[in-house]
Amino acid sequence: MKRLFLALATCVAGLVPLQLQAAGDGHLNMGVVLEPPHLDPTAGAAAAIDEVVYANVFEGLTRIDRNGEVKPGLASSWNVSDDGKTYRFTLREGVTFHDGTTMDSADVLFSIERAIATDSVNAQKALFEPIESVAAEGAGTVVVTLKRPTGHFLFNLGWGDAIVVGEESADGNKANPVGTGPFTFKRWVKGDRVELQRNDAYWGEPAKLATATFRFIPDPAAAVSAMMAGDVDAFANFPAPENMVQFEADPRFKVVIGSTEGETILSTNNGRPPFDDIRVRQAIAHAIDRKAIIDGAMFGYGTPIGSHFAPHHPAYVDLTNRYPLDLEKAKSLMAEAGHADGFKATIKLPPPSYARRGGEIIASQLREIGIELEIIPVEWAQWLEQAFRGKDFDLTIVSHTEPMDIGIYARESYYFDYQSEAFNGFMEKLASEVDEKARYAVMADAQKQLSEDAVNGFLFQLAKHGVWNAKVKGLWENSPVQANDLTEVSWEK
Amino acid sequence: MSDGLAEIWRTGLRNRGFVIGGIITVSFVLLAAIALIWTPYPVEEIVVTRRFQGISSAHWLGTDQFGRDLVSLLMAGAVNSVAVAIVAVGLGVGIGVPLGAIAAARQGWLDEILMRANDFAFAFPALLSAVMITALAGPGAINSIIAIGIFNIPVFARLTRGAALVVWKREFIMAARVAGKGPLRISIEHILPNISSVLIVQVTIQFALAILAEAGLSYLGLGTQPPQPSWGKMLNEAQTLMFLAPQLAIFPGVAIALTVLGLNLFGDGLRDVLDPRLRRER
Amino acid sequence: MTLFLVKRLIMLAATLLVAAIVVFSVLEILPGDPALVMLGVSAQPDTLAALRAEMGLDQPAWTRFFQWIGGLMTGELGRSYTYDVPVSELIGERVVVSLPLAVMALTLSTVIAIPLGVIAASRHNKTLDIALTGAAQFGIAIPNFWFAILLILLFSVTLQWVPAGGFAGWDAGFWPATQSLLLPAFALALPQAAILTRVTRSSVLEVLQEDFVRTARAKGLSRNAALWRHAVRNALIPVITILGLQFSFLLAGTIIIENVFYLPGLGRLLFQAIAQRDLIVVKDLVVLLAGSVVLVNFIVDLGYAVLDPRLRSGGGHV
Repeated sequence: MKRLFLALATCVAGLVPLQLQAAGDGHLNMGVVLEPPHLDPTAGAAAAIDEVVYANVFEGLTRIDRNGEVKPGLASSWNVSDDGKTYRFTLREGVTFHDGTTMDSADVLFSIERAIATDSVNAQKALFEPIESVAAEGAGTVVVTLKRPTGHFLFNLGWGDAIVVGEESADGNKANPVGTGPFTFKRWVKGDRVELQRNDAYWGEPAKLATATFRFIPDPAAAVSAMMAGDVDAFANFPAPENMVQFEADPRFKVVIGSTEGETILSTNNGRPPFDDIRVRQAIAHAIDRKAIIDGAMFGYGTPIGSHFAPHHPAYVDLTNRYPLDLEKAKSLMAEAGHADGFKATIKLPPPSYARRGGEIIASQLREIGIELEIIPVEWAQWLEQAFRGKDFDLTIVSHTEPMDIGIYARESYYFDYQSEAFNGFMEKLASEVDEKARYAVMADAQKQLSEDAVNGFLFQLAKHGVWNAKVKGLWENSPVQANDLTEVSWEK
Repeated sequence: MSDGLAEIWRTGLRNRGFVIGGIITVSFVLLAAIALIWTPYPVEEIVVTRRFQGISSAHWLGTDQFGRDLVSLLMAGAVNSVAVAIVAVGLGVGIGVPLGAIAAARQGWLDEILMRANDFAFAFPALLSAVMITALAGPGAINSIIAIGIFNIPVFARLTRGAALVVWKREFIMAARVAGKGPLRISIEHILPNISSVLIVQVTIQFALAILAEAGLSYLGLGTQPPQPSWGKMLNEAQTLMFLAPQLAIFPGVAIALTVLGLNLFGDGLRDVLDPRLRRER
Repeated sequence: MTLFLVKRLIMLAATLLVAAIVVFSVLEILPGDPALVMLGVSAQPDTLAALRAEMGLDQPAWTRFFQWIGGLMTGELGRSYTYDVPVSELIGERVVVSLPLAVMALTLSTVIAIPLGVIAASRHNKTLDIALTGAAQFGIAIPNFWFAILLILLFSVTLQWVPAGGFAGWDAGFWPATQSLLLPAFALALPQAAILTRVTRSSVLEVLQEDFVRTARAKGLSRNAALWRHAVRNALIPVITILGLQFSFLLAGTIIIENVFYLPGLGRLLFQAIAQRDLIVVKDLVVLLAGSVVLVNFIVDLGYAVLDPRLRSGGGHV
């Protein structure tokens, strides 16, 4: 047996030099957690699609940069009419798709019309809802007319769902994406990786990397060893926060904790007793210890929030002390609501560790005030079907990762079933208000309203646990949109 | 009868596997029984500030990622394993043995149908079907018990049928038939008592397999769900923490391996003790 | 013999058909709309309807069942909902991981177990025999996924020789790909090897009692020569049959081991397909896996029948 072990040891030892060659110049192995179902951002909601192709393979009229600002994309410039309803985009010249066809106003028209069509399978159709009509003025200009002024329209056009596709290649984009970006698609080994290579015919500054590979590693333990072994050079968002300390201590790696747009909340079914009683929701708010949740579930990474708003946004109001941790207060609120002896409820937990771990901790915290939670782990498919579409849940934990999504609280029959005239009023005001200062004031009011109503348990803003080889430069530190923009990435010489 | 038991006991004490396996099995069951009324710390108590502690006098095996006491978790995990195994094997015995006995007693088309159904159940790898069942009904202890139990049915049905067929050919059964007893009565009065030792041995083996299967399902996240502790789930959670707290990946595995080892040794020993003629490797 | 063969073949087909019906109906009642999974939380109702129509989900169940079965007959497995590529292509990509893994594990366990079993038998009741039998007991008791975790702890976490998971891919070269399968195969092989050691040992012990071995010994053949030349060869027949039967255990084993090591094989594909409600892939995979188990059992049965003519008339095996 001993001899056998030695033999095994010697043959695995041969692996080491092999792993080093992967980190060659001009090539990046990027680790991502989820494999996209396909590679067409205009036909699916999966963030995993954007994480591979956004800004690398596909581009839109505008683009969102690393700071979340709107920058010119395929449109080199634009002007907006005084009533805020007409947008005139000037397209870049000499842009070609990866299949060699020219990108012009016909393709832009085709892309937008395809997205707003009745049989469109675009997952963010709502983004295009304000559009009344699109028209081309020659090959180089596109005019978009809106039904009403829309504050975020240019930002919305920067989403992955709004990229410009080629009329000739659009149907094949799921398996063979053809865009205008700095990288072309090479191949996709299902269940393992997508390979990209530099587009030498790119219209702008060429990419510094010759090739890039996205490796799909959903298992946190496998992710750790892939990083350690150098199989992967970078993880923009590492799946296991518990291992960040170890990477920080290792000079080979650079750890960057950035921000995301993910408000992680204890979604509460406001339409279902006893959670329709504001006192019960307030009691829960008083019983939740955010610090324990952030420490226990996220190993300290995450910013506490008191409402549904990102702390790095200029209009953010700190409401984390509206319901301080106070078990006595919580118990008396429970008693007031007629639940002095507590009650039983369920909590449905989707797969990410923030939900599974956070759910266990919350269950133990709410037990203190007499709420016995039955934990029901669910797959995303079940979560979508039962909790999200069917509203069949009491509590659930989920991170809302779309940017500036406070508007979901005004949606009719959204899954947490919150109805507030006051809040809807703020949203209407926001839609028509164009002055930045006034907009921020309305946003503050809206945040306070949600906090006051204790709509959901507001837990923390999801952090972005970036870890990469210390020699890799140019990766995004934050994620204003779900993307791994490799345009500016390079290896330090 | 009491002479027989005493004889078995004396033979048993001379059998190494029986003694070692018996001791392990009994202490495992005892530990589970104690955990029903007492554990050093409440297992549902989460105290994040005391997580990842090493071995100490306060926490004999340290604490996990939520600051729960590992000894308490392992004890409660034993309860879970015993409960799942008892119900799953009980399901197999309760349905499989009657089916096998009927098949042996009636022969003919009923036998054929039952045995074909058995073949079919064998065609699916147990884990594959368990994955399907839990995917359908949602993960959870009860569903995993059903999934494991279903795979015990054909095992016991086959075993019972095979052993019963042999007994049916014995002379004293002929005598019973001549005396006018029906097949049902003969099965209950003569066949089952005569094959009970084979069944008992198989029960211990299936018990061990059920514990392994439950651990596997829970490891995959399909079995026992939090906050109920389970050894397999503990291993699953420990895997991402391996760099931080490798001990968390060791102790639950030791618990599983030791228990299964004990049950297997006990079962093998029991087989030798109960009936030396049955001494066959599996 | 022909009658036996025909009977067995009909059984084979019937089992597969029942399997297909069971799988299909199970998936019919499985909650979760594949179209919703693909479009996510902000999907509009009309978008959903469009996608459902595109995927053929709006047709009645029995139409879809016969379309599927018809497809299976002609080797047309359908298109994956999520990846939008032919399922046969997906399975083809994964088989090249799972099959080599299973074969490696089978080889490893045979290479380890048979010599150990023979040695144990030849030293019957001596220290070495007792040690090996004890070790085999341990091997059976250790869950393969925990053994896998221990291997990772030793070789990946402590020694940092190999990554704790992932697959290098066959196009990275034969050796790197084989290396990434080595630990998983070893983890998978251990319990099998333990069982096989015991079977080999007892089988050799039994054969050693038989007349022809005694005769060979009486003719002046040395103990070892008698053992290796006569006993082992004869003892291997039941061992090989057991190996065949272990196939379904191995298959189940790959499902769990692929998850521990994150190997892109059939087991992971199955998990992923269930989670994403890629029902067509689940259906095809389950029938394929069940089919291969049935087929291997069929071959083992045939082997039995060839070796032991008494079984041909009986139909079943006890």
